[in-house]
Amino acid sequence: MRRLLAAVAVAALTLTATACGGGGGEAAAPTASVTDPAKITGELTWWDTTRPDSEGPTFQALIKEFEAQYPGIKVKYVNVPSDQAQNQFQTAAQAGTGAPDVIRSEVAWTPQFASLGYLQPLDGTRAVDDGSDFLSGPLSSTKYNDKTYAVPQVTDTLALIYNRRLLKEAGHEEPPRTVAELKQAALNVKDKTDADGLALNVDSYFLLPFMYGEGGDLLDVQSKKIVVNSPANVKAIETVADLINSGAAPKPATTDSYANAMTALKEGKAAMIYNGPWALSEIYQGKEFKDRSNLGIAPVPAGSVKAGAPTGGWNLAIYAGSKNIPAAYEFVRFMTTVKAQAKIAKEISLLPTRTSAYADPAVQDNPDVAVFKPIMDTAVPRPWIPEGGQLFQPLLEGYQSLVGGQATPADMLKKVDEQYHGIMKDWS
Amino acid sequence: MAVSTGQPPAAGESARGRSRRHDSPGRLRRALSSHWYAWAMIAPVAVVMLVLIGWPLARGVYLSLTDATEANMGRTIGVNVIPSTYEFVGLDNYLQILTSGLFWDKVLWTVTWTVACVGLHYGIGLGLAVMLNRELRLRSLYRVLLILPWAVPAFVAAFIWRYLYNSDYGVINGFLKVAGLSGVGWLDDPVTAKIAVIAVNVWIGVPFMMVAMLGGLQSIPAELYEAAEVDGASSWQRFKAITLPGLRQVSTTVVLLGTIWTFNMFPIIFLVTRGGPGSETEILVTYAFREAFTGIRNYSGSAAWGVIILAMLVVLAVGYRRTLRSQGDPW
Repeated sequence: MRRLLAAVAVAALTLTATACGGGGGEAAAPTASVTDPAKITGELTWWDTTRPDSEGPTFQALIKEFEAQYPGIKVKYVNVPSDQAQNQFQTAAQAGTGAPDVIRSEVAWTPQFASLGYLQPLDGTRAVDDGSDFLSGPLSSTKYNDKTYAVPQVTDTLALIYNRRLLKEAGHEEPPRTVAELKQAALNVKDKTDADGLALNVDSYFLLPFMYGEGGDLLDVQSKKIVVNSPANVKAIETVADLINSGAAPKPATTDSYANAMTALKEGKAAMIYNGPWALSEIYQGKEFKDRSNLGIAPVPAGSVKAGAPTGGWNLAIYAGSKNIPAAYEFVRFMTTVKAQAKIAKEISLLPTRTSAYADPAVQDNPDVAVFKPIMDTAVPRPWIPEGGQLFQPLLEGYQSLVGGQATPADMLKKVDEQYHGIMKDWS
Repeated sequence: MAVSTGQPPAAGESARGRSRRHDSPGRLRRALSSHWYAWAMIAPVAVVMLVLIGWPLARGVYLSLTDATEANMGRTIGVNVIPSTYEFVGLDNYLQILTSGLFWDKVLWTVTWTVACVGLHYGIGLGLAVMLNRELRLRSLYRVLLILPWAVPAFVAAFIWRYLYNSDYGVINGFLKVAGLSGVGWLDDPVTAKIAVIAVNVWIGVPFMMVAMLGGLQSIPAELYEAAEVDGASSWQRFKAITLPGLRQVSTTVVLLGTIWTFNMFPIIFLVTRGGPGSETEILVTYAFREAFTGIRNYSGSAAWGVIILAMLVVLAVGYRRTLRSQGDPW
């Protein structure tokens, strides 16, 4: 009888040990060097994060072109919603199974993934083709500890997107250039039309233009200081609170805030919103913008210091544990060529990351891209640090409590400041 | 389970057995020799339980005593090698959590949430069960309709409710506006958001209670009611003296189950409000999830949250059982 018990115990131990081994990660994949890229064979999985209905088809068409050019490589296209991709990639990359070979990584995720060892360094590989051609803002997001971990695919920033008809009815031919003008224009729209002026989206990212406008920022990376609770930012938040309290912006919903603001613009219930180029293809589906010329795009209104909006965008990165790194290099290279970027810009108005792509006639013919280009030049790169992605939740909670009337601007920033110190313990 | 309770006496008993050679064999050995077949039968289950529950649990407890995060757990991915640098830090994580005001805020709200939800589940479920236990026209139709919320997957229900609550385009505010009232930002204010999530959870949880109670009601012999009626008991007296005691067995079980489920009801909170506004509607489990899965994952901190939640539920379950047993329940 004791023998039986012992056998059970041994079986249990073995199983436990196996389970234990699962977390260890995979051994390094051999990186074979192939002289002729066209002869590389294998299968790649790519996680795309675009909207499957409005943006996905363009990327799938590009994959077809890639497969025609590299007959040995098959690309498996997987669309992962952008709000879940980060988490899913972390889980898969950490476990060593189920991670894609190539991921479309948001600019703020890239340094985080790189710091965790999930990404393949790309310096000197075929993935990066003429690195100096890329715009400096997006390019800076691909670096971590002086190494390159991704290639910029598309870039974006925020702009003031408005309904020309409603602004005209309110007596404004030109879009507002400062926050003070924004408030006035919004109040005029509210008075003279049956629409609201400005639809706010309660999201931390959308607070940044107001902060940059007053000369504020979240962090001072150079001196490793947390500067979110600065007089400039207090002023910025007071401006936002004033927009809501004065009625220039109706009190925004904090749940489904983005969707509600977008619906309000699309249905003509609000005249202006802050949003980026990624939203254009969705906005054009709205009934107010059947006539595309009714949509106006202008730089974000300036605060008392300057006009500035954050640099966003998406990079292509390669999972370090990929079994087929040479093929992944070729894929990333292909997807970031001028030709590919021009196609993307032409069809779905996403902004190229290559300087030379803006000279392409197909890009120049797209009026939305032409409007966004100068705005892009004034965009402010965010601090590209691994913790960057964690900065938004405390700010979002603060913004929500501000809108809900539970916190004053000063209280809100004080609390955010405390939480940032909890996240970044060695910062002052 | 069986192995773990069986093993500790094994060493002591068999050692004693060996020293007193000619005594009767130890209790365990006797049990083994007469029930070896049963032990062999449960062995696979015990092993699977140990691997699927025991090991992760032990690992979780261990992690909660370290400072492990996603950044300092060693791993090798392709060309990248990250050394393991996390350390054993004892009870630091627990101290940090238990001394933070945030934790106690969350405990207070989680307890309020659980009591309110289970109370309403039980009350409404019992009420409906009693009504549906009577002879009634279209009784089976009502039963089907009332069970419907249970048949809807929780995440679908959560999204539907989220849409109903939408402050600008939601159905509820639509009705309010038609009635000439101004809309309410249901999920935008801490108080209304809390009421809103409780309402969703009550809507989802009542059918289970109702079905369980209905089953309990039907097992109460009708003669008791007849006898009581003959004795002239009023309907309230019959309810108090027959229905409630008759339901006691079922009630105690479902209330305990409901408490544990509601305490850990992740999807409703996560999908309806995402914990907002701020983190006002975040209960302990959703908060632990947020700790674990945002940014660079904090394995140790979230494991500590998990262990604390587990400990609270174990204490609750044991205390509940004790109370029942002291009241003479064969539980």
